[in-house]
Amino acid sequence: MNIYVLMKRTFDTEEKIALSGGKINEDGAEFIINPYDEYAIEEAIQVRDANGGEVTVISVGNEETEKQLRTALAMGADKAVLINIEDEIENGDQFTTAKILAEYLKDKDADLIIGGNVAIDNASGQVGPRVAELLTIPYVTTITKLEIDGTNVTVTRDVEGDAEVIETSLPLLVTAQQGLNEPRYPSLPGIMKAKKKPLEELELDDLDLEEEDVEAKTKTIEIYLPPKKEAGRVLTGDLNEQVQELVQLLHTEAKVI
Amino acid sequence: MNFDLTSEQEMIKRTLRQFADEVVAPGAIERDRTKRFPVEIFNQLAKMGVMGLPFPEKYGGGGADTISFAIVVEELSRVCGSTGITYSAHISLGGAPLFLFGTEEQKQTFLTPICTGESLGAFGLTEPNAGSDAGGTRTRAHEENGGFIINGNKCFITNASFAKHIAITAVTEVKDDKKEISAIIVPTNAKGFTVIDQYEKMGLNSSNTTELVLEDVRVPAQNLLGKRGEGFRQFLITLDGGRIGIGAMAVGIAQGAYEKALEYAKERKQFGKSISSFQAIQFKLADMAMKIELARNMVYKAAWLKDQGRPFSKEAAMCKLYASEICMEVTSQAVQIHGGYGYMKEYQVERMMRDAKLLEIGEGTSEVQRMVISRFIGC
Repeated sequence: MNIYVLMKRTFDTEEKIALSGGKINEDGAEFIINPYDEYAIEEAIQVRDANGGEVTVISVGNEETEKQLRTALAMGADKAVLINIEDEIENGDQFTTAKILAEYLKDKDADLIIGGNVAIDNASGQVGPRVAELLTIPYVTTITKLEIDGTNVTVTRDVEGDAEVIETSLPLLVTAQQGLNEPRYPSLPGIMKAKKKPLEELELDDLDLEEEDVEAKTKTIEIYLPPKKEAGRVLTGDLNEQVQELVQLLHTEAKVI
Repeated sequence: MNFDLTSEQEMIKRTLRQFADEVVAPGAIERDRTKRFPVEIFNQLAKMGVMGLPFPEKYGGGGADTISFAIVVEELSRVCGSTGITYSAHISLGGAPLFLFGTEEQKQTFLTPICTGESLGAFGLTEPNAGSDAGGTRTRAHEENGGFIINGNKCFITNASFAKHIAITAVTEVKDDKKEISAIIVPTNAKGFTVIDQYEKMGLNSSNTTELVLEDVRVPAQNLLGKRGEGFRQFLITLDGGRIGIGAMAVGIAQGAYEKALEYAKERKQFGKSISSFQAIQFKLADMAMKIELARNMVYKAAWLKDQGRPFSKEAAMCKLYASEICMEVTSQAVQIHGGYGYMKEYQVERMMRDAKLLEIGEGTSEVQRMVISRFIGC
């Protein structure tokens, strides 16, 4: 089976976000594989181990993304592809990424494409579905279970805490939700072999794409941090007075009732 | 000169750091209290292929280098000293002598289960009257009918309850009052072999520290490790490697205590400010960071020399001595920064301080390290 994983390099979940010059400051920040993409990588490895085939992890990113791709190879993926857009694209968006990925994937005869449900940075959840649309293949998002029997696929999807079971067929794109699996730690032999596995590096040119073809459809107007949480207010007086005051405040100040 | 880790070393560090935080750290306080040995952690490390890390793949090892070994020991020790020492002894005392001095057949038979994690590695050197002073060794091995009959006692032996076989040192002959010491591999299930797990320790409570009693234990002659009479030389070489492990452990425990202290100092408010804004606390933390950095550099240098196949005995002694002494200072200061809370188990640093003390003692005391260094500088 020909399996592809869409992976994004993101800020470590532990990092504190700081702004400088209207942009998010990346200096000294730790980067990781987007945690939802880790589920995707794990699932791809498990599907391959059960059905045979090959897992290729693709990322649209910069030179630094090689580290996360190597980690995916250490986990057990067979090949990696880095589409490096660092020099050509300054402000990409979901359209940019999806278009590039679809262009790469269009002649690859992928049976199964797995991505994360969202990336923890921009959290748009759009890239997966957009790629599927461009490739004109079915897609199911936020999946928590994947069963493959020949070309028939049964997918369980998380719907705000409820489960929805969908039957579909390959080729297919799915995006992984937490609970799909437990991503493995890279093994030592995996780590030692990761450098020897193939990692192809491409640029837009190699995909016959011009910068205009992938120009962002959206524009970022402003980046700002959420307002600091204000100190709470402690009501005083006897219980009846406090309740009255609380109701009053909820009505007039918070305007929620 | 190049101070960068290789991409493999970096990935090993990241992976083990994550593993330590997610799997090893959560139960550390509880294990210290109950003295329970974390079998499940070592099963998981075995699954990840880490138990045979520096040994060749043909014995089931990982083919990684000594710097990677130091990285793994540091990351495990950062959250749990007991886990760190178990791993360090497994590799550097259990596996290394078999790898360095064993015959091909011995490696296949005895090193392979250590690499796969089926057996933990252990080394039976210390006796009630002999440690670094190997001349005090009293365990005797008599050759008889193409085999050895061994009698004696060993003490403070790490990992023996979980080892399938142990290399022990024994006197194989006495000539003109000079003891000939050899190392012999003994299966722990041999008749007459008893492992006693009864010590009550100051720290490293969930590591396995045992006494061994050998009463007429018979092993075949082919269990002699390397050449007869080379036991003393072998154990000096083994301890050189072990000292890198202890140095790495010290860096790890110190790093763990420093991280806790820094985090606490930023959160704890007194006199209306975080205590990390007071110079008294800042200077303590700055000293801690500096000492850890220096110790880690020395550990890496000794490991690097070993990986280059160059002499590293002096550097191994230096890294072990320096790292273990700063570890004691750093953990003590970490408790100090925490104040009364630091004295409470819940805040972890008191355990780190107790665990740290062993590092100034095990695999050659600080005094013995100074003796070793003195010899190398020509005293």
